[in-house]
Amino acid sequence: MEHYTMNLTLKVWRQKNKKDRGGFETYSVSDISSEMSFLEMFDVLNERLVTEGKDPISFDHDCREGICGMCSMYINGRPHGPWEGTTTCQLHMRAFKDGDTIVVEPWRANAFPVIKDLVVDRSAFDRIIQAGGYISVNTGNAVDANSIPVEKDKADTAFASAACIGCGACVAACKNASALLFVSAKVSHLALLPQGGPERKTRVTAMVAQMDKEGFGSCTATGACEAVCPKEISISNIARLNAEYGVSGLSSDK
Amino acid sequence: MKWSEFFTSSVGKKFVMGLTGIFLILFLVVHVGINACMWAMDGGEMFNKAAHFMGATVVIRILEVGLFVGFFIHIIQGLVLTFQNRKKRSIGYQVPMGNAGSKWYSRSMGLLGTIVLIFLIIHWKQFWIPSRFTDMSEATYESGVPVHDLFGLMKDTFSQLWVVILYVVACISLAYHLLHGFQSAWRSLGLSNNRYLHLINAVGVGFSIIVPLAFAMMPISMYFDWVQ
Repeated sequence: MEHYTMNLTLKVWRQKNKKDRGGFETYSVSDISSEMSFLEMFDVLNERLVTEGKDPISFDHDCREGICGMCSMYINGRPHGPWEGTTTCQLHMRAFKDGDTIVVEPWRANAFPVIKDLVVDRSAFDRIIQAGGYISVNTGNAVDANSIPVEKDKADTAFASAACIGCGACVAACKNASALLFVSAKVSHLALLPQGGPERKTRVTAMVAQMDKEGFGSCTATGACEAVCPKEISISNIARLNAEYGVSGLSSDK
Repeated sequence: MKWSEFFTSSVGKKFVMGLTGIFLILFLVVHVGINACMWAMDGGEMFNKAAHFMGATVVIRILEVGLFVGFFIHIIQGLVLTFQNRKKRSIGYQVPMGNAGSKWYSRSMGLLGTIVLIFLIIHWKQFWIPSRFTDMSEATYESGVPVHDLFGLMKDTFSQLWVVILYVVACISLAYHLLHGFQSAWRSLGLSNNRYLHLINAVGVGFSIIVPLAFAMMPISMYFDWVQ
């Protein structure tokens, strides 16, 4: 595709802090290269704001290569913007054309309060992982990697679930602000592997309990989460979590 | 894990919705089957006898209590979930996602269910209450046992255009409610096997079209006097 430059109008959510009511501000940016990433376009705008003595727009980012799960912008009515299977940092400006107006909002969910501008607090996800998204391993020498046989199909499915980067796009897209795609990916990843076996039952109940405590909604299987997931996590993970939860909850001794 | 913890968790609530949903789907099969007797073209004899059997058999009357419990749980839990879920995002988006990634009816289960509920209340008042509690005209066939003339009541009720329209609207709402609910219920119960999910999806689409269509044809065929 040939290189081109564009002039754009940005409508960006600005909010000073958690308590501020916030609102949209409109910015014009010019001579944006079609080869820039979406975040580089924001860098250009922020540099201008800094030279003008204004407060730059806060946004989350880290690796900028689509694997860390930090970037989180709701662009023109879609988490991570118009491209499928793409994080905001990997969205490039060739997705837009000269004269476009782009509306950028933070993730919206009560469990993800806005910290500043486009930055939201996703520590709820960390607490869900802390509740059970791990395996307990004794210290000592590292065990040989191939000492426990793993079925190839299961290893592949577990790997596909483990690809979840915990960005929260599923929550942002869900009409109920449900985190079940994230939680189910993490539960599936460990439930499919023999290493996850010993804590299988307590893991799913503990993670769901924490998820409910954090104030996420419940899943109504609309499929919006799967559609926007930058790592294309399958919604079948949710059905697997439901089964894990059913077996765990109904076979419990107490 | 206590029972109460299981059934009050977000996943447990969906489990209950799925279970009661499948139970109500089974009821629809029975209901549409019994009602289809109205098309026997025998002046309603087979239909009235079938309805009499359903009303006079003690096992079915006991099952009816279970049916009401199923309805009650499904309706109350559904409404509670709809309102609770709505509160999880206090500030909405400037640009909504709309139909990108999800079907409108999958996001409108609360609304579609409420339309069906409103219909249900009117439907109970029109048919269930007269047949169980209040007086209605009887019909006697060769066995000599008088049975409720529900066929006559149907003819009478469905001579009014507004009732026919209401029933058709309710059937369309039911169709879309089932289109999402049929397959979603099985996922809520934990069915993740792709082979069975494909089967459930196909059966679900067929069921969601055929059953509501059959129900909708009942008032329509009565209104246009296609059945005698």
